[in-house]
Amino acid sequence: MNQEPQPGRFGQFGGRYVPETLVPALEELAAEFELAWSDPEFRSTFESLSRDYVGRPTPLTEANRLSESTGLQVSVKREDLCHTGAHKINNALGQCLLAQRMGKKRIIAETGAGQHGVATATVCALFGLECEVYMGEEDCARQELNVFRMKLLGAKVVPVRSGTKTLKDALNEAMRDWVTNVRSTHYVIGTAAGPHPYPHMVREFQSVIGSETRTQYQERHGRLPDVGIACVGGGSNAIGFFHAFLGDDVRLIGVEAGGLGLPTGHHAAPLSAGSPGVLHGSYSYMMQDDDGQVLPTHSVSAGLDYPGVGAEHSYLKDTARVEYVVATDEEALAAFRRVAELEGLIPAFETAHAFAALWQAGLLQPGSRVVVNMSGRGDKDMERASRLLGL
Amino acid sequence: MSRIADTFQHLREGNEKALILFVTAGDPALKDLTAILEALAEGGADLVEVGLPFSDPIADGPSIQASSQRALDRGVKIADVLEEVSEFARLPVVMMGYMNPMIRSSLAEFAQRARRAGVDGAIVCDLTPDEGTEWIQVARSAELDTVFLAAPTSTDDRLAQVCHSSRGFVYAVSRTGVTGSKDQPWDEAEKLVGRIRKLTALPVCVGFGISIPADVKAVCSFADGVIVGSRLVEWLWENWNGGKGRDKLVDWVRAMKDATRG
Ligand SMILES: Cc1ncc(COP(=O)(O)O)c(C=O)c1O
Repeated sequence: MNQEPQPGRFGQFGGRYVPETLVPALEELAAEFELAWSDPEFRSTFESLSRDYVGRPTPLTEANRLSESTGLQVSVKREDLCHTGAHKINNALGQCLLAQRMGKKRIIAETGAGQHGVATATVCALFGLECEVYMGEEDCARQELNVFRMKLLGAKVVPVRSGTKTLKDALNEAMRDWVTNVRSTHYVIGTAAGPHPYPHMVREFQSVIGSETRTQYQERHGRLPDVGIACVGGGSNAIGFFHAFLGDDVRLIGVEAGGLGLPTGHHAAPLSAGSPGVLHGSYSYMMQDDDGQVLPTHSVSAGLDYPGVGAEHSYLKDTARVEYVVATDEEALAAFRRVAELEGLIPAFETAHAFAALWQAGLLQPGSRVVVNMSGRGDKDMERASRLLGL
Repeated sequence: MSRIADTFQHLREGNEKALILFVTAGDPALKDLTAILEALAEGGADLVEVGLPFSDPIADGPSIQASSQRALDRGVKIADVLEEVSEFARLPVVMMGYMNPMIRSSLAEFAQRARRAGVDGAIVCDLTPDEGTEWIQVARSAELDTVFLAAPTSTDDRLAQVCHSSRGFVYAVSRTGVTGSKDQPWDEAEKLVGRIRKLTALPVCVGFGISIPADVKAVCSFADGVIVGSRLVEWLWENWNGGKGRDKLVDWVRAMKDATRG
């Protein structure tokens, strides 16, 4: 697709491939976001709630025993300490503030692991907004605890039974709701994917992760790290973490879900094993067959179990600014356990993929200074972990 | 003049409104597609829309989603759809689908292949004129009419773009929402058609939610035609029965066509 560079594009990637009904709403959203983001009052509300409600800045923890065991110098950015237990609330807060500013009374969201759903339900409770969350039926079963949390927070959880009954189908269903109720409703997409302006807007709301990390690392170590590592589902924690470092001499590594291993085809690694196409409103890498049908995905982690990825990651892959690798289910589970034992940190299954990179043969230079973005905590995964690890 | 434009001109001369019927390619079985299209023609349809199944149809409600999925479960491939469609020549054919299967090789190649299969026009549900520069170009060179959707939420600027970029007819979406039957008033659609008419001389047809003759009659009082999708897809699923329902289908179409006459 040889399109001219235009707003909403990252190189050739991105754009806005949605039914006409939604385009005026996306245009309005893009314009309102730009206004709000350059409005000191909006920024100050966002920042004070980030501080007093979410608990920012989150700490940067030196992981000494992990460092010793891996031969690296590992620091961990603690997004797991955000209120609700993951980075997702940075974006949910920003978007709900924007929705309020736009006079929208009803909020919808999709969720995979349930973390974005919980974050959105939480902020809606805080602001008194009506909230409906679409969640694949399979994910409702995998992340039952989060379903209950959302209900407790006053949100309605709609199980999605179409297609593969996971995150991609929850996104489809949320889009359909939005097409229908676009005049009254704001759709809080939970990751850096979707049509313009979502990839850009979500990155801006999440970029606090990387800018805090950069400052904290510099203050403590008097220099920048050598490497930054984050897991990549749709790509929101990764882009939020990477963005502040894009202009630096810092190696950036995104870890996709390798599932049962790339050769088996049972994975969720569009950047590592997919090809460009149009999914959920944007042109980006995705998993598809020869006929352009979207392929089913597999990952132990519901939050990474998605066949698409944010457009900016596609651009960062093609320009080779960021390296994308995979960690299998097995590697992620092993890392999950080791990080718990060595540091007393229990990562979400999603985040465990980022940690798994620390042990991958030949990936990191011994002695490198590495920061891992701990996108979330693993409480939601306890039940499955106890079964999978046989504890 | 394209076959689509030609059809509308004839209809206009006869003071008639268009009945446009949508079927999913491959549901019922792809080998029955030609027979189904022939039955639609016999009952009085003026144009047919053939849906290319897609795994993630975000603009479609439950009926067409399920139908699309059934087609994919039967292993339907785009190449086979085009081959089957090329067997049907009686009415103009508009292909309706989503962007991703169409760009899998390249848009230019898709447009050429569709045209070679005798397809007259195409609707891409998730493509709007502002993102459609390349598509419009390759469709023009393949002599494929580009039909774009106009929505009740479209601004005047956007409607002007839709009209400017459409060939054959303009597809007015009756309401905010996805495809599917629904009891609904038609005033929003009527208002939209009125806005479109100020911008173009192209025929304006209304779709989404039209399922019974009374809907057809109501909409034909202000539009140049109606598009019926979900209801027909459901009907075929329930009644086609490997072809045994053919006569009933012709009757069903005839009743819809009669309703276009008021
Ligand atoms: C803790 C955590 N990390 C990562 C992700 C993956 O999403 P993203 O790639 O948008 O950060 C999720 C998604 O649910 C999550 O809950």
